[in-house]
Amino acid sequence: MGRIQDQAKGKKDGEIRYLTPLNIETSKTKKYCMFKKSGIKYVDYKDPDFLLRFINEQGKILPRRLTGTSLKYQRKVAVAVKRARHLALMPYVADLLK
Amino acid sequence: MNHYETVFILNPVLSEDQIKETVKKYEDILVSKGAKMISKENWGLKKLAYAIQHKKSGFYHMFEFTVEGDAINEMEVAFRRDERVMRYLTVALDKHAIAWAEKRRNRNKKSA
Repeated sequence: MGRIQDQAKGKKDGEIRYLTPLNIETSKTKKYCMFKKSGIKYVDYKDPDFLLRFINEQGKILPRRLTGTSLKYQRKVAVAVKRARHLALMPYVADLLK
Repeated sequence: MNHYETVFILNPVLSEDQIKETVKKYEDILVSKGAKMISKENWGLKKLAYAIQHKKSGFYHMFEFTVEGDAINEMEVAFRRDERVMRYLTVALDKHAIAWAEKRRNRNKKSA
């Protein structure tokens, strides 16, 4: 690696170095549990349109790390999705659901 | 007395009268066991998310009631014996669920 002075003179090509640190956006918008935030206490299995946001296109339940749901409500979401599937309100397997 | 909610799906080939009769039958079973019916909902003919018994749609009905726990078993046995019922689900409601059910009922009443 060339010294900064060398680079400034253009001695080394193809390698970019910066004097000031790059402003890379590291603080992304924090995920939050929408049940805690909006104060929903019961996850209703009769509302498939609402549950749609916790499953992917194949009808699989999305993990907590993607939706940001807290553990307490993730369990309730999972139960609600499974109940909705049993009643054929939601598919067990799907393709291009969204 | 516990608070329960039952959703069941009836075969779509049934006639209007047969459906009424079936729904009445299960209501009678519950009432004869001392149940207090809180609400009855008819969601009508709905498309199923997947085929059940090669049918793509079904008549959804919902009961909400309070009853002693042992009546549930009797009702579910009747559901299983009855080939007009394609699916059923009985859920015990906790206090949050009861609050939500009430809210939902009021909302439906307003929109109806």
